[in-house]
Amino acid sequence: MFWTDAALFFPILLEGLRLTVIVTFASLLLSTALGLVWALMRVSGIRALAFFAQCAVNVIRGIPIIVQLFYIYFVLPELGITFTAMQAAIIGLGIAYSAYQSENFRAGIEAIDHGQIEAAQSLGMGWMMMMRRVIIPQAVKIVLPPYGNTMIMMLKDSSQASTITVAELAMKGQMLASSTFKNSTVFTLVALLYLVMSVPLILFVGWLERRAKKS
Amino acid sequence: MSTPVIELVEVHKHFGSNHVLRGINATIAKGEVVCIIGPSGSGKSTILRCVNGLEAYDGGEVRVDGIRVDRSAPSITSIRTHVSMVFQRFNLFPHRTALENVIEGPVFVKREPRESALVRGRELLARVGLADKADARPAQLSGGQMQRVAIARALAMQPNAILFDEPTSALDPELVGEVLAVMRTLAEEGMTMAVVTHEMGFAREVADRVLFIDGGVIVEAGPAKQVLTEPQHPRTQDFLRRVLRPI
Repeated sequence: MFWTDAALFFPILLEGLRLTVIVTFASLLLSTALGLVWALMRVSGIRALAFFAQCAVNVIRGIPIIVQLFYIYFVLPELGITFTAMQAAIIGLGIAYSAYQSENFRAGIEAIDHGQIEAAQSLGMGWMMMMRRVIIPQAVKIVLPPYGNTMIMMLKDSSQASTITVAELAMKGQMLASSTFKNSTVFTLVALLYLVMSVPLILFVGWLERRAKKS
Repeated sequence: MSTPVIELVEVHKHFGSNHVLRGINATIAKGEVVCIIGPSGSGKSTILRCVNGLEAYDGGEVRVDGIRVDRSAPSITSIRTHVSMVFQRFNLFPHRTALENVIEGPVFVKREPRESALVRGRELLARVGLADKADARPAQLSGGQMQRVAIARALAMQPNAILFDEPTSALDPELVGEVLAVMRTLAEEGMTMAVVTHEMGFAREVADRVLFIDGGVIVEAGPAKQVLTEPQHPRTQDFLRRVLRPI
């Protein structure tokens, strides 16, 4: 019984899974890039930039993701800025998570021994080159484990995109369940599909950590 | 007198309310080896750090090759490529091999072709006795080896002068000799060197001049042998007595 239902539902859920992967991956990229920008502004030593970044991060952290999604999808169109549901989900999750990413990146950068900064400066490196060649490569090792956790959280939080009509995995599941009343089959499948995606991520992060430790 | 590579004129520096340098005047000529000695907290390291702009100074003037040292001016980059620094705690880049540490400055700051930098990097490692450690990471090296890599990294910039900030203070006693030997060779080859050190034997044998600093002023300066064996000022005499006969 379970298996016949599962075989029937599986292709429908896969459509949702495809959107989940796209939303997760795209918002991960956006949050990483934006988080790095906030973090670099925070450690730039330029007071105005640091202050601006800190305010932005606090505002983003202080508002629930779901409200940010609503704001981008429902409020911005009133100001003439319209996004598709997918775009709004990616931008919303990307911005929301950039705050957490930036705190992680900043902690990683600030954990680097001050002597490294002085060595880079004494070789005549400018700020950007020092970050690129000396600080960030070392900070990556420190930042990686929490970054992996963020990836897994984002995968799961991508289900919030359903609140702005993105038919990702969780929403597909909900739709299937409400039309077939096969709650246990549908949600077991949904849970398994999320697990199938997050377990490789967990293993991947573990591998990265071990590799970083070796070098 | 030959051209001064480093000049300090009436240099003052505060850390908050702490007046650490109180009018330092000194010149270091090309090819000269000057050791800076004095008690902890006397401002010795701060002098070096003002020369390559790791610290800002707030009075007087520091010049390198006649150019004013100003941390916020674009010229600071070229000054730092002319005056290399060797740190007490080595400050090697732990994510790069010994050879990569050595070529980092030439390739990325001076934009030298990687191939020629690699050749010269290997020569420099051989010169400090570490030809076989080119591919080792800092974590695989002893303190003395790390400091010798740091010296090779400083030399790779082809500097006009090298600043040594207590280069042997973080080393186990049995590793001090190998670093001092490399420094002695550099001195003999005519490298301009400013060395903050507690190694009085090295200062006596290798330095041309010694500056004794205490309380942010140069208390006594002169030829190394004279200052170290016949100090004139009571504070120098007292310091040397305590350093040379600690018990």
